Amino acid sequence: MIFRLALASLLARALTVGMTILAIALSVALYLGVEKVRTGAKDSFADTISGTNLIVGARSGSVQLLLYSVFRIGNATNNVTWESYQDIAARSEVDWIVPISLGDSHRQFRVMGTTAAFFDHYKYRQGRSLTVSDGLVMDDLFDAVIGADVATTLGYSVDDPIVVAHGLASFTEHKDQPFRVSGILEKTGTPVDRTVIVSMEAIEAIHVDWRGGAKIPGQTTPVDAIRKMDLQPKAVTAALIGVKSPLQTFAVQRAINEYPEEPLLAILPGVALQELWGIVGIAETALRAVSAMVVVTALIGMMATIFSSLNERRREMAIFRAMGARPRTIVGLLVLEAMVMAAIGALLGVALVYLALVVAQPMLDRAYGLWIPIEAPGLQELWVVLAVIVAGAIVSMIPALRAYRMSLADGMMVKT
Amino acid sequence: MTIPVLQINGAAFDWGGRSAFGLTVSDFALSKGESVLLLGASGSGKSTLLSMACGTVLPRKGSVFVAGNDLTKLSSGARDKLRAEQIGVIFQQFNLLPFGGVTDNILLPLSFAPERRKRTGDARAEALRLCQALGLPETILTAAATALSVGQQQRVALARAMIGQPPLIIADEPTSALDEGSQNAFLDLLFAQTKANETTLLMVSHDPRLADRFDRVIQISDIAQVTRAAA
Repeated sequence: MIFRLALASLLARALTVGMTILAIALSVALYLGVEKVRTGAKDSFADTISGTNLIVGARSGSVQLLLYSVFRIGNATNNVTWESYQDIAARSEVDWIVPISLGDSHRQFRVMGTTAAFFDHYKYRQGRSLTVSDGLVMDDLFDAVIGADVATTLGYSVDDPIVVAHGLASFTEHKDQPFRVSGILEKTGTPVDRTVIVSMEAIEAIHVDWRGGAKIPGQTTPVDAIRKMDLQPKAVTAALIGVKSPLQTFAVQRAINEYPEEPLLAILPGVALQELWGIVGIAETALRAVSAMVVVTALIGMMATIFSSLNERRREMAIFRAMGARPRTIVGLLVLEAMVMAAIGALLGVALVYLALVVAQPMLDRAYGLWIPIEAPGLQELWVVLAVIVAGAIVSMIPALRAYRMSLADGMMVKT
Repeated sequence: MTIPVLQINGAAFDWGGRSAFGLTVSDFALSKGESVLLLGASGSGKSTLLSMACGTVLPRKGSVFVAGNDLTKLSSGARDKLRAEQIGVIFQQFNLLPFGGVTDNILLPLSFAPERRKRTGDARAEALRLCQALGLPETILTAAATALSVGQQQRVALARAMIGQPPLIIADEPTSALDEGSQNAFLDLLFAQTKANETTLLMVSHDPRLADRFDRVIQISDIAQVTRAAA
């Protein structure tokens, strides 16, 4: 009956109680939402590249190799010679190998030379393959496949011509050999979205008239002549490797790292991604702390509401006291009230997050390539709800203790 | 003679703080079934005396007995339980929890008094019986407390005080919020209930016109002395 009266008391103050509950619900939804986006971003990040066992490049740091080969950030210190590439490709453990050649750009986007095998073996988000949303994978020497962001940012459609610039942020363009957009890729949420993909041979082709990073003055080989040339690449920037059995990964990695002809580095993408996330992770902790503070703020708001209700409820407490309620019961009532508000708020918050997720999931995927899975509420949600209820009980102790002192001082005779 | 229902012996009480208000109550006892009117103006220490009788404040010295139990020797929890079991309280006004229904309000003291609840038997039937005896319509039991007139509220408060037949009813100016007609009707009902159950009634009022209805009238100034420290 006391519990029922506590609920009735809350209902009688429906507006303020409702606002308090709403504040708690929104804060919990924000916290859980941030958590979902955070883990979603982390998983999406970790899934930037999957299915690849090793990435090979010139010897540098593992994070650096990952940054330029997968994220197209920064530059390779050196290339891998075609001979070394062939040596690695010839190893019996190697199932497949895809070369990558970087160094040119188109507007703000990097140009990557590779082979058709890239589309077969590059996987993201737990084994998803790249798909062409419009057009076809490159077929001709001067065909280019562009990522979704490239297409939307520059407004390109299939068959548009594009001119590749030499180097990055460079004014020297490979004007003589324009490319044609042959296909546009589906949004993936990976750096592929921001990449112009051409064939390895195309990279060689546009550099026919170049030596040592500069154009040979006056020399312009006609496109027809280039097509007849042997465009065997002399070097690659990096290579993605799949091994036949995952057990052989470490053996291949060691062999590459100890390759005598040239200083090379092979990394496990998963490990390097984790290393990189460790650097980005500080922001993650900050985000978490901020959203937790919002929950604390909402609970303090609830405490303020209880505080301000105390004076108008002095009468109510005097009645309880006169009927034989102990001051402890009054404290219990207030704490119970706070716990009920916190519980309803927290559960409502969880419901809000799921509702928002159902609505926003496809939008987030389309706009940011961020995939947030909708899973049944798990331990995390349970802990958050419990923590909010317990924290609600704790903060309500402060006004409850004041009510305790008030009801001791007032006794049962309040003249109001 | 039987044990007095309420007995105060030389109890002295001080409110701490700046006002330094003190109250000393000389010997004072109520026997079973007696109805006593305590007359006094406001500021005469009535509220403090009632709080002392109810065990919500404790005298610095002296003793307060309720149904033979010395309140000054009990823990605060035991005092609260004793109050719940032994005393029905009626205030001047605003007796009811506004958010509760009438039934909830009537049954409220039973939540804190297990023996009184046991004595009551079927509490809902008893609440209905009391309402009928107090001339309240049956439908009132399901009404919200806020929907009642002041007169009805006071009657519901009386039903709440009477439920489970506690031996002592303490009423603090229960009729001062009512008009004269309702005052008499309320007192008729109050006396009918206390007589029928041999309940002791201690009522506080500043209105001497009520005096002839009571067995005994005490001027509060005769038994209690208020002291105020010079500012």
